[in-house]
Amino acid sequence: MTHGLVQLAYLVATALFVFALHWMNAPATARRGVYAGVLGMTLAVVATWVQPEVVHHLWIVIAVVAGFAVGVPLSRVPLTAVPQRTALSHAFGGLAAGLVGTAKFYLWFGEGSAQLTAFRTTAIIAEVLLGFLTFTGSLMAAGKLQEVKWIPQRPVTYPGQNLTNIGLLVLAAALGVGIVLNPTAAWAPLAFAGIVALALAFGVLLIIPIGGADMPTVIAILNAYAGLAAVAMGFVLDNKLLITAGALDGSSGLILAVIMCKAMNRSFTNVLFGAFGQVQQAKAGGEERVYRAETIEGAGQVLEQANLVVIVPGYGMAVAQAQHKVRELYDQLKKRGITVKFAIHPVAGRMPGHMNVLLAEADIPYTDLVEMDEINPDMPQVDVALVVGANDVVNPAARSDKGSPIYGMPIIDADRARTVFAIKRSKNPGFAGIDNELYFADKTWMLFGDAKNVIGELVKQLSGGSGMH
Amino acid sequence: MMLIETAAPLAAAAESGDIWSQIYVFVLATFIGLGVIRRVSRLLHTPLMSLTNAISAIAVVGAILVAGPDYPVEIRFLGAIAVFASVTNIVSGFLITERMLKMFKTEKKPAEGHHP
Repeated sequence: MTHGLVQLAYLVATALFVFALHWMNAPATARRGVYAGVLGMTLAVVATWVQPEVVHHLWIVIAVVAGFAVGVPLSRVPLTAVPQRTALSHAFGGLAAGLVGTAKFYLWFGEGSAQLTAFRTTAIIAEVLLGFLTFTGSLMAAGKLQEVKWIPQRPVTYPGQNLTNIGLLVLAAALGVGIVLNPTAAWAPLAFAGIVALALAFGVLLIIPIGGADMPTVIAILNAYAGLAAVAMGFVLDNKLLITAGALDGSSGLILAVIMCKAMNRSFTNVLFGAFGQVQQAKAGGEERVYRAETIEGAGQVLEQANLVVIVPGYGMAVAQAQHKVRELYDQLKKRGITVKFAIHPVAGRMPGHMNVLLAEADIPYTDLVEMDEINPDMPQVDVALVVGANDVVNPAARSDKGSPIYGMPIIDADRARTVFAIKRSKNPGFAGIDNELYFADKTWMLFGDAKNVIGELVKQLSGGSGMH
Repeated sequence: MMLIETAAPLAAAAESGDIWSQIYVFVLATFIGLGVIRRVSRLLHTPLMSLTNAISAIAVVGAILVAGPDYPVEIRFLGAIAVFASVTNIVSGFLITERMLKMFKTEKKPAEGHHP
């Protein structure tokens, strides 16, 4: 295939990728986006593979087959595991970029001085830094989300942590500058290996101080890094398709990270270097406060009397796999002519949009999933707010208590509903270790137990109750 | 010797032209990305992430160009692993995006049960 045809194929692929993302603006057209993406990708792969310089095919075939063998099962994980699958795929993306960068550096180093121009060398160093730190960082994030035993769930912090991290990065950058200035020096390959090692270590150290509640932001940031690594690869290989696709990925990660940060009223630097889980432990304690528990029967009766019920799902719903029971409850209430809506906080769950996917899986029409900003003005008209495994995102301390670590974070105003039922697994505070004022409010009644069981009981109560009373 | 001396500045000039066009592409693509992504429905942020994942696995192009040509074995080996990692992302990314998007419905269809 001639150079022109290859470039044309790349151009068409680029356009298809832009359309793919454009069609994601509404659920009705979104699937078309996937097909456009697949078409663009196929075109790009074929156009690359048939180039005359590609003469060894066996390993590529094996790699493609292995990629399918691993990729297909990875696409069938339960939807509660989507955050860790996403983190894992960022890791793969970072690894690919890092390896290509490394291969190109040693290749060009072997071919002599003409190849390693300042621009190329800089791009390669950016590529391997971003690629390998995304690789280990995303692996750590995936491990935390999967709750792998030897990766601590709680944020790990130590004195001088940020200084250590920044020191590592400065050291890597210094080695990089050294290589750019002397790309053919005998020590350059060794220094390059040093950069790889530092990037791998930095990825790990960057993620260990980050707690579970910050995962949505971190995953989005790692997404942006993986995109930027692909851009750097595009610079190295002078390939505009790579640059464009990487830039699309990078800007997506960036926008999601900004949305997540806004939804927590925090900054990037605060998420990455703030060690969130650490600060508020001291605040706990104080006087003993008492929850007021409600029985299933009582809760069922109140729900039956309601006109408008809003369900506020959180990560606890995912953990308990309660979304299908929630759907049954939704059906029971709908049957009685009760309006049921879901209030979705942007950071509910462990990745952007996590709750929407789980509820869609349970066959709940997406038209009943309402964003925080849209539902909050209606909250005073809500008869019952049912909180399922959500905690910080409904904590009124975010509005009123200046001393609270989550002060200023926008929340779903569940406390403005007429009655609040909160399902909670235990009487311990939430992930961030913060007491939730909502649970002690006069209108709030607690339903203790596993979310799936409690809602199952409620469904039983409602379905049985209509016949017996 | 003469040849190399005259060729070098030419090559440098050509390369610097390339650099700027690459940077242009990057900046413009970022603007397009920001514009397009900002309009993506918030409902679909999880599928968006898996879709962009799959798209950024376009790194497979670079990986093939390292694994395929007549390069030393070690270089091609690194390339082949990169091909594997990218193809994994392409396959799982597109498939899971499709799987998730299929679930987003406006109203339940009463007759249809669960998929086998």
